[in-house]
Amino acid sequence: MAAVMPAPAASRLLMSGNEAVARAVWESGTRVAAGYPGTPATEMLEQLSTYPDLYTEWSVNEKVSLEVAIGASMMGSRAFSAMKHVGLNVASDALMTFTLTGAEGGLVIAVADDVGMSSSQNEQDSRFWGRFAHVPVLEPADSQEAYDMTRYAYELSEEYQVPVILRLTSRICHVKGLVTVGERVEHMPKGFSKNAERWVMVPGHAKRRIPLMLQREQELKRLSDKTPLNVLEPGTDRRVAFVTSGPAYMHVREAFPDAPVLKLGLSYPWPMEKVSQLAEMADTLVVVEEVEPLLETELKAAGFAAHGKDFLPRIGELAPEVVKPAVERLLRKEAAPAPEQAAALPPLFPRPPTLCASCPHMGVYYTLSQLKNLTISGDIGCYTLGAGHPWNSLDSTICMGASMGIALGMDKGRGETDKNKRILAVIGDSTFMHMGMQGLLDITWNRGNVTILLLDNGTVGMTGGQNTPANGRDIHGQGAPRIDFRKLIEALGVKPERIHEVDPYQLPVLFKTVRDETKIDDVSVIITNRPCVLIEEFKPFKPYVVQEDKCTGCGNCVEVGCPAIHVTRRDRVVKPSGKEVDLAFTRIDSVACTGCGLCVQPCAPEAIVHFAPAGQVINIQPA
Amino acid sequence: MPNTTNILVCGIGGQGVMTATEILSEAAIAEGHDVKKTEVAGMSQRGGVVTSHLRFGAKVLSPQIAPGTADVLLGFEAAEALRWAHYLKPGAMALVNDARLVPPVVELGLFKYPDDPIGEMKSRGVRTVSFDAATIARDLGDLRLGNTVMLGAIADQLPFSAEVLLDCIVKRFARKGEKVVEANRKAFAAGRAAAAKASVPA
Ligand code: SF4
Ligand code: SF4
Repeated sequence: MAAVMPAPAASRLLMSGNEAVARAVWESGTRVAAGYPGTPATEMLEQLSTYPDLYTEWSVNEKVSLEVAIGASMMGSRAFSAMKHVGLNVASDALMTFTLTGAEGGLVIAVADDVGMSSSQNEQDSRFWGRFAHVPVLEPADSQEAYDMTRYAYELSEEYQVPVILRLTSRICHVKGLVTVGERVEHMPKGFSKNAERWVMVPGHAKRRIPLMLQREQELKRLSDKTPLNVLEPGTDRRVAFVTSGPAYMHVREAFPDAPVLKLGLSYPWPMEKVSQLAEMADTLVVVEEVEPLLETELKAAGFAAHGKDFLPRIGELAPEVVKPAVERLLRKEAAPAPEQAAALPPLFPRPPTLCASCPHMGVYYTLSQLKNLTISGDIGCYTLGAGHPWNSLDSTICMGASMGIALGMDKGRGETDKNKRILAVIGDSTFMHMGMQGLLDITWNRGNVTILLLDNGTVGMTGGQNTPANGRDIHGQGAPRIDFRKLIEALGVKPERIHEVDPYQLPVLFKTVRDETKIDDVSVIITNRPCVLIEEFKPFKPYVVQEDKCTGCGNCVEVGCPAIHVTRRDRVVKPSGKEVDLAFTRIDSVACTGCGLCVQPCAPEAIVHFAPAGQVINIQPA
Repeated sequence: MPNTTNILVCGIGGQGVMTATEILSEAAIAEGHDVKKTEVAGMSQRGGVVTSHLRFGAKVLSPQIAPGTADVLLGFEAAEALRWAHYLKPGAMALVNDARLVPPVVELGLFKYPDDPIGEMKSRGVRTVSFDAATIARDLGDLRLGNTVMLGAIADQLPFSAEVLLDCIVKRFARKGEKVVEANRKAFAAGRAAAAKASVPA
């Protein structure tokens, strides 16, 4: 994306939380911003890359992204690092030491929790990192606050020399609300001041930093009781008083418009004096927090009779219609009448996400589903969808890059029953560079017997097609050095004759390569080389059609899993042998089909052909 | 919250649900409302279920519409409209494109697509107005106009005039030239007419 003129100051814009954060980061004079794409955090960096006067990058993983930001902060520049919740697990090693050295130029870490798990492998509460790392956590409740608090976060970071966590949730990141914006103020870097005792965290130095860190935390505690970000709204309905933060505040306010509420903007450290004042206002004190009972436990430990997860859900998002009846029940009043609804609907079919029509991973999973005796270790990305129908081709998925180590563990840990199984690991290009390389090194070094499928589609597909070192473009789409996987993999210890590159649309070649390599007791890497349909390298071919008169209903094309293939009619016939078979006659949606040719190959009667005038059959395989 | 209008737009990833809601929110902003808009989607680019919640009024707190409180449902796909129909207030209206988009899990024979989703909605007491937005768009020369057809359909169910919404559409397409603007005007009018015609009880 090329830099465009940002909207002028005082504009009132409909912005998502992510867009609002990006705007505020830019206005704060930030000079370096780095991140790794991940839902729901992706758009922060994506947006920032369109602003002028700052350096932005997609990093290979979140730890590197935080390290880049830390380096800039050391030089006195304002810096930013954005990631999703699981990304902070990856970056935590850098965070836990950086909390000791502290920030020089303001450093803000925006971490977006996928509450409700729209596309993540777990649900976790990033507020814990505030307590764990002794750093302040800011929690906006809507887009305007996301903007305001980001700007404030830089002031806070510099005043206390502390990295600041901006905790967002999906419901902040992706909700659009109105935001009044300001203008960019330049912040010139002060320059690096050499100070080994501060910047070189060898044990002797680090020990001296810990008391300073704890003292800083005490000061932040005092700030938490003073700051207008933690606001006590007295209210008139004194049946119950609430402590809440982030989007949960909006739900509480909507469900109980007149109750006393302590809204935490600076949600770590906790403002205990303000909590005491609030507790005076009602007999019942309720903590409404999304995910974990973090504050509730803390308040109970401090002697408050607080309620929370004893009656509110601990999993997934909260909403007014969740909070209200639960609190009413707690108050032992009549349960709130549920809003009148249309009669309960019958359960409908699910509509799980699936691979795009023509996705290069389709052929890989189709192939794997046709092979026997495999145990397959999977990883994070679009290709995780291979675990679904019709392929059912993944046996594990834990976290980003884990497919490598897990495959080695499966290999080394197998017992008698798995002796003859072939262990495969499937990983994407971006994931391989994020965390997979180290795992592969471990496999080669420890002489694992694993076949690795490196699905190189030249992008981070799942999050919408961001650039990676494998497609030779940077965050702006500008040309950049392009990684050569073959050489890289060879350098990691795989024998050159065990590295293959195949076209995932050529099913026979793919099938043969996978079958042959799994038979060899050594590490093999099979690289597939077709682009994701979302990126510019992808060029659609001519769509195909099913010739109705030739279709025998074998249903093989349906097993490929392409969303462009539809069943027009099902039938059950008895073969001369007496065997009953189900038939599925199909049609191809010519608008959705991109002509990859995958479904053509298993079609028994060769009924799938390029659309052509009557009598003329063209059957071109994509080059 | 009194005086808050709740519009639920639903469909599947890639249908333009988000864009349609975006344009509706621009119209609400032009009318001076506070606006919140959120999508509820898992991996929406991969053909999954998408709903977009739009709330506007003097001051909007929670961005999510609670079940049973939507004022209008704009459904881009028949079964999806059925899936979300319980979000409507009793007596509120659903405007539905009766196109059927069948996912791979149904094609594989693992699940069943309802025989008559629109009929089911009606039999459950939902005031359902359905029309074929895809055919209308195709007849106007471009499938991509389906989005504007849907906006035309909802135009008379909003607490402000249809012209405000049309203005926002025109503004969005202005830089693409007069031809595109004209096509969208036509699509808007066609959608509006289709909804009006379908809502007259036979
Ligand atoms: S986004 Fe790309 S990688 Fe993901 S399913 Fe679609 S084509 Fe495949
Ligand atoms: S050729 Fe077949 S598999 Fe490929 S996109 Fe078209 S319908 Fe799908």
